[in-house]
Amino acid sequence: MALELRGITKRFPTVVANDNVSLSVAPGEIVALLGENGAGKTTLMNVLFGLYSPDEGQVVIDGDHLELSNPSASIAAGVGMVHQHFMLVPVFTVAENVILGLEPVKGLSLIDRTKARRLVTDISDRYRLAVDPDALIEDLPVGVQQRVEIVKVLARDARYIVFDEPTAVLTPQEVEEFFEIVRGLKDDGKGVIFISHKLNEALEIADRIVVLRDGKAVGEVNPADTSKEQLAELMVGRPVLLTVEKSDAEPGDVVLSVENLVVLDDRAHRTVNGASFEVRSGEIVGIAGVQGNGQTELVESIVGMRPSLAGRVVIAGHDVTEHSPRQIHESGIAHVPEDRQESGLVLDFTVAENMVLDSYYDEPYSRGLRMDWATATEAAQRLVDEYDVKTTRVDVPVSTLSGGNQQKVIVAREFDRDVKLVIGSQPTRGVDVGSIEYIHARIVEQRDMGAAVLVISSELDEVMALADRILVIYQGRIVGEFDPKSVSSTEVGLAMLGSGEG
Amino acid sequence: MTATIERVETPEVRNRATPEERRSTIVGWVLIALGLFVFIFFGLGLDGDGTATFNMSLQTDRFKDLAWVVDARLLSFIVGVLIMGLGVWRLTRRALDWTNIALAVGFTLFALAFLAWAAAGSQFSMVGMIRSTVILSVVVVFGALTGLMCERVGIINIGIEGQLLASAFAGVVLSSAFGTLAGLSGALLTGALLGWLLAWLTIRFNVDQIIAGVVINFLALGLTSLMSARILSDVQSLNAPARIPAWRIPFLADIPVLGATLFDHTFFVYGMFILVVAIHIGLFYTRWGLRSRSVGEHPKAADTAGINVYWVRYRNVILGGMIAGFGGAFLGLAQVARFEEDMTGGIGFIGLAAMIFGKWLPFGALGAGLVFGFARAVQQKAAILNIGIPSEFLLMLPYVVTIIVVAGVVGKTRPPAADGQPYIKE
Amino acid sequence: MGDQEHEGRPDPESHAAGNDVARRVSGIDEKLGRAILTPLLALVLALAVGAVIIMVTDVDAWRLMGEDLGGALGEMLEGVWIAYRELFRGAFGSVRAISETLFTASPLILAGLAVAVGFRTGLFNIGARGQMFAGGLFALWVGLHVDLPALIHIPVALIAAIIGGGLWGGLAGFLKARFGAHEVITTIMLNFVAAFFVLYILKTSLFQEAGSNLPQSAPVLDSARLPPIFAQQYRVNISLIIAVLAVWFIHWLLFRSTIGFEFRAAGLSASASAYAGMNVSFLYTAVMFVSGGLAGLAGASMTLGLPPYTVTSNFPGTIGFDAIALALLGRSHPVGVLWAGLLFGALIAGGRTMQAAAGVSVDLVIVMQALIIIFIAAPALVRAVFRIRAAEAEPTQLTKGWGS
Repeated sequence: MALELRGITKRFPTVVANDNVSLSVAPGEIVALLGENGAGKTTLMNVLFGLYSPDEGQVVIDGDHLELSNPSASIAAGVGMVHQHFMLVPVFTVAENVILGLEPVKGLSLIDRTKARRLVTDISDRYRLAVDPDALIEDLPVGVQQRVEIVKVLARDARYIVFDEPTAVLTPQEVEEFFEIVRGLKDDGKGVIFISHKLNEALEIADRIVVLRDGKAVGEVNPADTSKEQLAELMVGRPVLLTVEKSDAEPGDVVLSVENLVVLDDRAHRTVNGASFEVRSGEIVGIAGVQGNGQTELVESIVGMRPSLAGRVVIAGHDVTEHSPRQIHESGIAHVPEDRQESGLVLDFTVAENMVLDSYYDEPYSRGLRMDWATATEAAQRLVDEYDVKTTRVDVPVSTLSGGNQQKVIVAREFDRDVKLVIGSQPTRGVDVGSIEYIHARIVEQRDMGAAVLVISSELDEVMALADRILVIYQGRIVGEFDPKSVSSTEVGLAMLGSGEG
Repeated sequence: MTATIERVETPEVRNRATPEERRSTIVGWVLIALGLFVFIFFGLGLDGDGTATFNMSLQTDRFKDLAWVVDARLLSFIVGVLIMGLGVWRLTRRALDWTNIALAVGFTLFALAFLAWAAAGSQFSMVGMIRSTVILSVVVVFGALTGLMCERVGIINIGIEGQLLASAFAGVVLSSAFGTLAGLSGALLTGALLGWLLAWLTIRFNVDQIIAGVVINFLALGLTSLMSARILSDVQSLNAPARIPAWRIPFLADIPVLGATLFDHTFFVYGMFILVVAIHIGLFYTRWGLRSRSVGEHPKAADTAGINVYWVRYRNVILGGMIAGFGGAFLGLAQVARFEEDMTGGIGFIGLAAMIFGKWLPFGALGAGLVFGFARAVQQKAAILNIGIPSEFLLMLPYVVTIIVVAGVVGKTRPPAADGQPYIKE
Repeated sequence: MGDQEHEGRPDPESHAAGNDVARRVSGIDEKLGRAILTPLLALVLALAVGAVIIMVTDVDAWRLMGEDLGGALGEMLEGVWIAYRELFRGAFGSVRAISETLFTASPLILAGLAVAVGFRTGLFNIGARGQMFAGGLFALWVGLHVDLPALIHIPVALIAAIIGGGLWGGLAGFLKARFGAHEVITTIMLNFVAAFFVLYILKTSLFQEAGSNLPQSAPVLDSARLPPIFAQQYRVNISLIIAVLAVWFIHWLLFRSTIGFEFRAAGLSASASAYAGMNVSFLYTAVMFVSGGLAGLAGASMTLGLPPYTVTSNFPGTIGFDAIALALLGRSHPVGVLWAGLLFGALIAGGRTMQAAAGVSVDLVIVMQALIIIFIAAPALVRAVFRIRAAEAEPTQLTKGWGS
């Protein structure tokens, strides 16, 4: 009795994502699959779930070979998956999402809503998940959405459950609650695969840890016999710094001042609702908060991408509330946007074109209407060298670069001028450890050169490590301010849930 | 725990308005202008006899000679003031949910005043007008439902126009050769085939959905024109289908006003109403609908729930094509009863606009279709009344209305989230 | 999305370094192959399907089918042979034919450029027809009512055409930028509006010849007529030169100018462009003005360059739609559009001869265009037909949903 992946190999046009990887999990066992971003964890699980077909290898469940054609085969065989990006239809209710694919019907194929509701409440009560079957998904906080995913999996009678980076969006308190749920599943005889890049969590929850690096399984360890440092080295292939090295901040003048800002999101909700704070030169201010508490809209509004309903944004003494993104950019902002592929880069443009994406319109890259591509290419080559971007040439599409190197292109572009204010939204999301270290070092360097830095991250660890001052955002307001040197992540986590106040 | 920032109260909102508030203001000014226009041109500007007679029955009706006699000048004054009142109400930016309703009421009143003004001193068949509205909206509604079926599963169908045209052609030729039933089946099959082509190109070959739709329009236009020129002009018996007769519903058809407008039509018209109800129930109360909508909103979620995204897309796009086929059959076998080159004249695109106007809802599509039908009926009747507006400008009316509609007169609409996006698996 | 995608394609540098040169070389080969081979195969396939269509629509042959199967098939094949022979003869068979091909190609290239520029910015301009109406009408008004020497008259008329077409196209761009109205629908609707307006205005005294009641203009003043290039008896005129200059200009604009950089950036990622400080709303309006201006020039070439220089109500013909196929065939590259325009010019000029001499309606060319678009947009389909090894996946999504 076990779920086994035997010798899975999956190739993509430019890369081997999984190279002969084997993994097994027994009922009542929690196996952690540890690896950094890009190691091939998600690919492996997508193979298991029938979303990708492997080039070699097989999946065996309780002795039976599984035909890996589509998710229904995996579901039927008892595999359930809670994806990192939730597979929930935002405009459906909880019950509708749960029954999708196994709808109870009555009469002429009309959906039996009573049964659907009962299914949800039954599972929710049994595992103490506390979800309301009639709530709309888009109105639920991410923590609850994750529980809906768990209900979904359990409603399909899954015996093996895969969690892909489940804690990325949770506060420390929520992580604890989540681990309780996972232990409950284990006690109920479910086999659990827990995918993560967080060492602490793997050590805390797993019975066994399998480490994946560059698509290969490089080790299997017992949590009791290993240390964090050992695991980190196994995961990255070299010793890694687990902290950010920096001196104490020396805050100077106020560079960014946000006053009573009110911003609507796309659904016309007041997602930012009276946020006020200041960032001074020479300090890094980190904004912590559960995803969806207005971080995205706050940044969009500061950089001029989203009009505010009320309040002011002042940068270096100038009210820029009504200014265009370009005007704000020219006032000395370096902005690393949240979604680099969507907002930070034109993926089909070359590295060189992306390097001048926000400076092309002026000397030295153009004169009048005429672009000077020779100069632009030279500058791009210099930046590539200076910022350690690994690319063959600067005239290849930036989409051929890895996530970490794409992010470095943005950092190079944004930092290569006189910067007064750095805004980094999720500056290291989805990039490898090497790039994370590099980008963190560059951010600290900007601070030391006198820039004011605002970092927004849903990874509390990152905020704790990088910031000189932590602000907590909850329901669109700044509800707490902490000194990272004298506060525990639990305390910050409580504030993130809106209950940590004074 | 360290210092905590003091609580700030939700600040006073400055005069930067939300989009809905801005829209309310714009609609307010539009309505005031409209009301003023009615007051001045239809009211003050009316010369001579201001008595308009609206006939409320047809000569074929059981209860004949119903009429509504009205003083057009007085009516215009009242309507003008009412519309301006609506506008002022919108300027207050209260009850933002009512903006669209205010707009709809305003334009209906405007239309009434316009008709009274145009008919002043003579007679005008109001029932005939409403009846035309229904008939002229049929193809638009079928087109909108086709688009809705496709877009609800995430595929944009720009090829509705071509699907209508090709199925009208197939219907006409087959009906002329083998009878009505063959024509009808041929039209449905042609629609289904072109639906399949759209699905096949976009799903199997990942062709851009809008390009695939344009291709379908080209193919339909080119092939039908070619065959019309090469075959129908030669063998004219192939372009002479028996017109499908109206089917008067006993008793209901005798109700004054309603009978002539709703219950004395071909089965296509009844089919339109039935289809609207059926799709509504199907989409929102059945397994089929839940799965379809999930594919249009979040195909990956549907896939991971074990739903075959491609199959659902194929099925619905083909069904959508069949609806267009039904619409084409109406055009070729009932409304015109012969084939003419490019006889659709953009109505498929108007259907697409009706779908957007109707916010991707079946009843919305019906309502929007009736608005377009009304615009075309006004154009036809106004041409008859000879009111001094060049007919070309009246012909433009439905197209201009479409532009205004897609320019967001209805406010921000929310298409299915995965609309237009290919679903690609590794 | 983000993270998952990276799991899919991590660090190419660790793998690609070794075979980089090989990849680069084969990449060039493939690129060249795709740029020429695919359109060529698409054309061959379209001709083949066209042949089948000619055969099955051969009414006379079908009548023969019952008695003499062989004879009927023979007649069908002969029909195809004659049709394609006439098509070729009409396109290349004589100096006159070549002149006709070039004459037909000139407005096609201009309109094709119009659509291509839109594609580059992520906009699908189906309104070249309407913009041709607008530009052609503006030029016509100048050509009828402004009395100037030819050397000034023609440029003034052409500028009027650019303004007219540009405004009509810019309107669609503005509606998209300001209200989010999808350009596919607005441009099609504006086509109809323009067509009805022209139908109306040609009957007014502003354009109509005194004493006539047809929707047809008075003859254009001599000084505004686009002069023929070669000789008076050949119709090819300076709009060919204008088209070639436009190709050069658009190439410069797209690839060498700052605004072209913005156009292309907005076309590939409107979001990233906006974050980079570009004014995407302005770009949509601007590119639609440029696009409309080009289409307007195409319209002027039809109102000022077509003997007998009296303009009828459907002067753009099918050029507005041919332009879409053309832009796709030319892969939205100005030089590609030039070649595609010459090809389509040949097809249509030949098609006219074919219709006259072989009785196959010129509508066949529309069908062939549709087929060419399919085969270009679905390269996998062509490969399947010719059993060519699949190259790397080519995304063909050019346009976006209603939301953007």
